[in-house]
This record gives sequence, structure tokens and C-alpha cells, in this order.
Amino acid sequence: MIEGILINGLVKAGLYALLATGFSLIFGVTRIINLAHTALYMLAAYGLYYFGQELGLSLGVSIALALVVTVIIGALTYKLFIERIREHHMTVLLITLAFAIIFEEAMAREFSRDAVTVPSFISGYWEVAGVKVLIQRWLALGTAFVALIGLWLLLTKTKLGTAIRAAGQDAEVANLMGINVPRTFLITAGLAATLAAISGIVIGPTLGVVPHMWTDPLIMVMAIVVLGGLGSLKGSVIAAFILAYVEVIVCYSFPEHCYMSRAIALGAMILTLMVRPEGLFGTSFEEERL
Amino acid sequence: MVHPSRKRDYKLISRLIRDFNGDVLTVPGRVIALIFVFVLLLFPLANNDPHILRILIMANIYVVFAVSWDLLSGYTGQMNLGHALFFGVAAYVAALLNIHYGLDPWLTIPIGGVAAAIAGLLVCLPALRLRGPYLALVTLALPFVAVAIVLLFKSTTNGDMGLYGIGRIFSSFEDPRDNMIVTYFFSLVMMLPSVLIMWKLTDARSSIVRLGIIFHAIREDEIAARACGINTVRYKFIAFAVGGFFAGIAGGFYAHFLRVVNPQDTLGVFLSFEVIMYTVFGGICSIYGAVAGVYFARAFVWDYLLTDVVEVDVGIKRMSLAIIMVLVLLFMPQGIAVWIRDKIEKTCPRCKLNNAFFRRNCRACGAELHVVKKKSIAPDMSSG
Repeated sequence: MIEGILINGLVKAGLYALLATGFSLIFGVTRIINLAHTALYMLAAYGLYYFGQELGLSLGVSIALALVVTVIIGALTYKLFIERIREHHMTVLLITLAFAIIFEEAMAREFSRDAVTVPSFISGYWEVAGVKVLIQRWLALGTAFVALIGLWLLLTKTKLGTAIRAAGQDAEVANLMGINVPRTFLITAGLAATLAAISGIVIGPTLGVVPHMWTDPLIMVMAIVVLGGLGSLKGSVIAAFILAYVEVIVCYSFPEHCYMSRAIALGAMILTLMVRPEGLFGTSFEEERL
Repeated sequence: MVHPSRKRDYKLISRLIRDFNGDVLTVPGRVIALIFVFVLLLFPLANNDPHILRILIMANIYVVFAVSWDLLSGYTGQMNLGHALFFGVAAYVAALLNIHYGLDPWLTIPIGGVAAAIAGLLVCLPALRLRGPYLALVTLALPFVAVAIVLLFKSTTNGDMGLYGIGRIFSSFEDPRDNMIVTYFFSLVMMLPSVLIMWKLTDARSSIVRLGIIFHAIREDEIAARACGINTVRYKFIAFAVGGFFAGIAGGFYAHFLRVVNPQDTLGVFLSFEVIMYTVFGGICSIYGAVAGVYFARAFVWDYLLTDVVEVDVGIKRMSLAIIMVLVLLFMPQGIAVWIRDKIEKTCPRCKLNNAFFRRNCRACGAELHVVKKKSIAPDMSSG
């Protein structure tokens, strides 16, 4: 049982971490609560299905196309709609929610509400310590790991990454320092969309792809981002592990109360925030006056 | 010779009439609100189709719910993404009291409201420590915890199936049509005073209740408000209790009107987002915005236009509403009602009184309203 908890928790945490870092990135840098973030994950999974199954393209091509299309949709939505109303916070919340609904309904019209299946990249199981896990899930975990390392390198080792972090800390001062803030924000939105698309592509084959698959992870992703501390990618990853493990442990210990796992994970988040209101790795309120 | 006290009475009445003429009839927005109330009151005379009345009763319930969210989140800035918690708590309390103890709606609805107000006070405890997005996400998580509690006590709450067989609001007449009309008036009796109270409570210019201006202050800069000697903790508690109470009234009415209370519909995350949707659509931080948002987006577009006029399936309905929202908010990010108000009213630059758009001078101080912008010396490309 312990092995089951450890391995399933790890795989679940990988997905959560990948989704949450994207959400946290766009949240921390541009201060947008992007409710359409997980809708992009859903779009990418459908993209993979469409290019791979309906058009019959090869796996590599369909992955690339699904990724590119999703990122373009994400960046365009930001550029055309969200950017011009960025200072009205509640309006942004509403518009991103509206877009998530539009994406969902568009997919439901195109592919019906029933689940479609995308074949795994590599089929079969891989047994570790007596726990059978689909190789696709290991692949997802590995991809998440690589993507997170890549993101970390991008943010810390490149000029673009420095610009993104600077714009996130103080957009006005960053602007004065000669950083093209609107462009940096657009790139951030694209990066976040990329992370969402990657997770959709690698996780899609292990789940049934349905139009409403974006609502379920959205709540957990938001909880993770807040628990980790706003804009802290390290915090998001650690919080992803905490909440994923809480869910898996509850499910394993009380199989008949598995439906409670989400509520208990969220309760854990609330209690943590009571002790540390700025999240695990966030800047405290005294330092940052919103 | 008129007795002095009688004289005072005449004075009061004449003052009221004068105020009505001067302060209500001269401002287009208030005239529209007045006409709207009269239309609502007289509506069953023109059309007593139960289907239409049903739409309007649901709209009235949602109005109270949306306005209570506006009071809490719009005015105080305590972003609450889980307002359905209060709605659901009151709906469950009202339903349980009615089913198990047989209490009448006129008792269960206020008790539900009080229960929701207590829930509001409890939610306020973490809210005191949290700010902005953190608070938003904690409040978003709370209804999930509430749903888990409902599912845990399956024997009392009937779990996922929900409670049913709750007593009707009004069912004394034989004809269900007449019952519907009376229920409609009961919904107005609930909605109009609730909205009026919340509107008066949040009136920033009121000299009797200081709540409105303090709520604004807390939203704009909490630290500055505290530095000015405002006990922000107390006012946050008040905001949560009042917001929770009225959301609870709406929830209790909902339970007795639809007679089914289940976790998805009363505690669901979509309900919380729905109320924000209507309020932001109409105009946040303005009570009338929430009212207009509900009547326009919910009653007119969703329940009438997309259900009765063009019959489409739910998917298309959701998509059309979402597209309408995007397009409207893109061009009027402050909300549809506030945008219209800005077009038909003009605030006096000197005394901050609202005037009709066609007036040239302020009705109170006579200051010029439309000050012509002086031509700037530098060529301004944007204004053409």
C-alpha cells in the first residue's frame, strides 16, 4: 500500500505541478487569474485526438501541431481580449471563464460530449515495487520533470527569463529599465499555454478526453498555486506534491470515502493558509502592497 | 390656525414631494429604476403566464443573491469566489427545518438567512488574515468542504440526491396559476426590501449609516483605512454577516420555490461563478448593476431569448451567453449598467451630484457640467 501511495502520488503530483506552474507563471507575472488555463489543457488533448485520429497524421506531427495550435490560441486570446482589460481584475476573471466555456462548448459541438480515446504513445505497464503503472503515465511524469527543469533554466539563466521575473515583480520599474513589458507579458502567456498544452498532450492518452475535463483540475491547480505562494514556482511544485499526496493517501486509506479526498486536500490548504497567510513560499503582505 | 405639529406634517410631506421632484425625477437613472419597480409590481396584470412568472421569480432570487455578493465583494473588495456557500447553507437549513419540524416558509427563510450570516462570520475568521487572491481561493474551496459534509451526513441530507418535498411558498388557492401569481408577489416582497436595504447600507453619501464609505475605504486601501482609525475587523465582520444573510434569504426562498435542494445546484462552483458573472456583467460595486445584470443576462438572454424565442440546446445557450459576455465586457469593461449610466448621467465636477446628460448646468450648484477641453499646445494625435 505504501508503494502504491508513493508512486501514484508521484504521478499525480507531476500532472498537478505541470499545470500549476503554468497557472502560477501567468498569475505571478501578469496578475491574471486565468480560468481558461486548464481549458487549454483540454484543447491540447483534443488537438492530439483530431490530428492523430481524425486526420491520421503521425504521432510526432500531431503532437507538434496540437502544441502549436494550443499555444497560438492561448497567446491570441491574451493579445486580443485579455490585454486590453487587464486592469479590471474581475472582468478578466469573467472573460477567461467565458473563454473556457466557449472552448468547452466548441469541442462538445465538434466531437460530441462523449469521451474520445487517444492511444498511448507507448502501450503497456511498467511495474515498480509491485505497483503497475502505465508507461504513458511514467512518460507524463518524465515530461513534467523535463518541462519544469526547462522552465527553471529559462527563467533563471536567460535574459528573457530575467525580463519575465522583473516584469512580474514590478511592471512599471521593469518598463523604465527598458524591458518591453507588453511583449514580455505576451511571451509569458504563451509560455503558460505551452505548459498547459504539454500536460494535455501527455496526460490526454491516459484519461478519456471529454469537453468538461478542464473543470476538475482547475480547482486543485488554483489551490496549489495559492498554497505554494503567489508567483513562486518552487512553491507551486512543492504544494502540488503536498495536495496530490493528501488526495492519494485519503483515497488509499479510506477507499469508501474517496469522494472526500478533494475536500480534505482543500481543507489542508485552508488550514495551512491560516497559519501562513501568504502561502508556503510567497512574499509576505508587508513586503508587497497589492 | 393650524396646529404646529400638523404644520410640521405638511412640511414633511411637501419636503418629500419636493425631494421626489428634485432628486428622483431629474436623474434619468433613478427614473428608470422607479419605472422598473412599477413594471415589476404591475407585471402580472399584463401577463400571468406561469412560465414567464417563474422566470421572473428565479430572477428575483438571483437578484438578492447577486446584490449580496456585490455588497461583500464589490464594495468591501473581499473577493469571494464561494458565495454559493451561504446560499447552500441557508437552503439546507430552510429545507431541513421545513421537512423535519414543519416550519412555515416565513419562518424558515429568515432562520436560513441567520444561519448563513453565522456562516459568513465563520468565513470571516480566515478572511481577516488573508488578502486578495489568497482569500478568493480559500472562499472558493469552502463550498467543496461543505459539499463533503453534506455527503458525509447522508442519512440527514440524502447525499447527492438532495432533499425534496419541501413546502411551497404559497399554495392556498386551487388554481396553480393564482398560486404562481401570489408567489411572484412574495418574491417581490423578499427582493425589493432586501435590495433597498443593501442599497441604503452601501450608499457612500449617506449621513446616517457610515457603512458605504467605510466599505469603499477598506477596498481601496485597508492599511490607510486602519490608519484613519477605522476598525476594519468589525466592518469586515459586518460585511460578511450582511452579505451572508441576504444570500441566505435568497437560498431559503430558492429551497421553497424549487422544492429541491441538492449539493450541485446550491453549493456548486458554477453557482458561485454565475453570481459573479451577472454582477460583473451589469457593473460591479453598484447595486443596480447586479440587478440589471441578473435581469438582462439571466432572465432576458438565458431564460427568455435563448429558451423561448430561439430554442437551442444547452451547449449553444452557454456558448452564446459566453460570447455575449466577452463582447460586452470588451467594450464596456466596467459593466453594462454602469456604462449606460455614464452615458445618461453626468456628475457635477463641483458638488459631485448626478445630473441628466442633457443639462448644461448642475441642478444644485449651477456649475457648468460639460467643460470644454482646452486645446493642448502639443499636437494630440489620439483625439484627432
